[in-house]
Amino acid sequence: MTLPIQSSVAAETGNPSIEPGPQEGVDVEVSLESLSQWQLALRRFLRHRMALVGLAVFSAIILIAIIGPIVAPYNPLDIPGARLEGGDPPSLQHLFGTDDAGRDVFTNVINGAHISLAVGLFSTLIAGIIGVIVGAIAGAAGGFTDNLLMRIVDVTFAVPLLFLILVAAVFFGQGSMIALILVFGLLQWGLIARLVRAQFLSLRETDFVEAARAVGVSNLRITFRHILPNALGPVIVVLTLLMASNIVLEAFVSFLNFGIAPTEATWGNALSNSQGAMEDGNWWWAFFPGMAIALTVISINFIGDGLHDALDPRARL
Amino acid sequence: MSDMTPQTVAPAAGVPGRTDAAGSSSARPLVEITDLRMFFPITQGILISRHVGDVRAVDGVSLSIQKGETIGLVGESGCGKSTVGRTILRLYRPTGGRIVFDGQDITTAGGASLRSVRRRMQMIFQDPYASLNPRMTAAGIVSEPLEIHGVGVKSERQQRVRDLLATVGLDPSYGDRFPHEFSGGQRQRIGVARALALHPDLIVADEPISALDVSIQAQIINLLERLQGEFGLTYLFIAHDLSVVRHISDRIAVMYLGRIVETANSRALYERPLHPYAVALLSAVPIPDPAVEGRRRRIILTGDVPSPSDPPPGCHFHTRCWLRERLGNPDRCVAEDPALRPLSSGHQVACHFAEEVDGSAEQVQVTGRSPGAGGVAAAAGPAATAPYAPAGPPPRPRDRG
Repeated sequence: MTLPIQSSVAAETGNPSIEPGPQEGVDVEVSLESLSQWQLALRRFLRHRMALVGLAVFSAIILIAIIGPIVAPYNPLDIPGARLEGGDPPSLQHLFGTDDAGRDVFTNVINGAHISLAVGLFSTLIAGIIGVIVGAIAGAAGGFTDNLLMRIVDVTFAVPLLFLILVAAVFFGQGSMIALILVFGLLQWGLIARLVRAQFLSLRETDFVEAARAVGVSNLRITFRHILPNALGPVIVVLTLLMASNIVLEAFVSFLNFGIAPTEATWGNALSNSQGAMEDGNWWWAFFPGMAIALTVISINFIGDGLHDALDPRARL
Repeated sequence: MSDMTPQTVAPAAGVPGRTDAAGSSSARPLVEITDLRMFFPITQGILISRHVGDVRAVDGVSLSIQKGETIGLVGESGCGKSTVGRTILRLYRPTGGRIVFDGQDITTAGGASLRSVRRRMQMIFQDPYASLNPRMTAAGIVSEPLEIHGVGVKSERQQRVRDLLATVGLDPSYGDRFPHEFSGGQRQRIGVARALALHPDLIVADEPISALDVSIQAQIINLLERLQGEFGLTYLFIAHDLSVVRHISDRIAVMYLGRIVETANSRALYERPLHPYAVALLSAVPIPDPAVEGRRRRIILTGDVPSPSDPPPGCHFHTRCWLRERLGNPDRCVAEDPALRPLSSGHQVACHFAEEVDGSAEQVQVTGRSPGAGGVAAAAGPAATAPYAPAGPPPRPRDRG
């Protein structure tokens, strides 16, 4: 019944002592928890050097956003600089120089960090939560529900984002950070929903979901245990990229004077103030806030890249 | 010549607990499907879907599977053989027909009754890379069926998982590894362990080896055979590799475009295919004897398999049938659905003109019998033995009675 070729089974398992059939004396603790997948992901992430650099830079930026206003050399409303036409160039007193109103650019950059980060983080969070829920419902339910939700997504894509921001600025009064976060979040969840739905549709047809169904696993458990964990990897990556792009978007909207109130210190407002400054040679007005945005976005993108590799269970350690 | 000589059936006739033709057994079959139909709707529409047609994946299949036997289900890609397997497991809700599992009608079962039946039937999948959740450990995958059906307490389940991994030839200490850390063959062993976890009666093996390296294929086949002996399993073995099916199956059903066109004992089918499609299919299997192989001529079917959403009327195979051409394209093939009818040899064949196949040049060519040898099986002995049994005739004792 058992053919000679059976002997190579042991070779394949890499342990020549293994004999087929139930065996005694094997006393190895088998963990039934699959928790260590996150440890594996962490280990993969820690091997991604650019992601670590990104994480370090991003952590520093967050730290600055939190404690920056406390340690900043000047109050953002102070005008320590001379009211010279064009402001002071960088010096030991004013590391990033001062602008035409005599405000310290270094203080502005530090104080702008928390607004940029908050807008990026919370708008992405809103988009992520709505997107994952809607996408999961659409993908899991299928049929009419799926159709309906996807048409709603189409509608959110059809609304021009900038137009709505302008409307919101008028409606909520200019300078409302909450309004900006809501508009970003409520118009961008469609992207996430589509991604999650696509993941659900493809994962729903996989053999391992079919196998779970054949075993008698309930739909709820299939969704949360088998589909969602496999769907979330790409979603987390896209969310980090979305956060970076929302930080840029906030700066852009503020630059157009439709974002955060111009009296508030944000990176976008700082850039907005510097319109025309480059022609006069006052490069420091734009350079430092611009660098702050670029550094933040690049570091987030590196983190996203690292997460992408870390969350792929097929990736090699 | 159309009177079947009984000797092809003889080897299996005396084996208890198995039938050669439907209805001839008094024992209750483990699975009995009757006129099973599984249509997948084709829909159109933006918001409200309109039903515009059906893919008739399974279109009137009847089959009974006895406890402890292995049925091979063969046919080319897209003929509906996987759908038959999955519908029996009730992964789909059948469009029509009846599925009776061990006396219980499960055609429309749901909820608790379906769950309790699912304990008793499991599936092994084709692609060992797709059939294991990449985010669960091997132990987690094998243990899930136990958790779902509330088998034992945690420590007992852990012990059972270790036993299962050992049973399928894996080191139990590998339990905390993830699927991507295993080779294809090892992954398939995990899939087998998962299928075994609940002590099922029936295992549907959906091309369990066709995604594996040839060297690993034999290991998995041997594993499946050993497990069948140990646990008294019943297999529905779906494949397109006829030499593997020949080795493992007691009985073989040949499918074409949603229907079974011929069923027979494994040996009888290979020695004497009686449906024109079965003959064509077998002509693609090489015979490991250069002298015989040199005499053989393959039957090349012309054209493609017709679309299962619009199958041809009458016999589904008539558009490509070599026999029909020979007979001058009789209208009966187009006008009338051929039913599976028992022939005296124990074959069941769905062809109006099956008698014409027997003894035809094509049949003789395909089976490698020397022309004029008469009767059956000059070359059907050791020369045609399946490659998985190099030591001699096929190793299943109950095959030989």
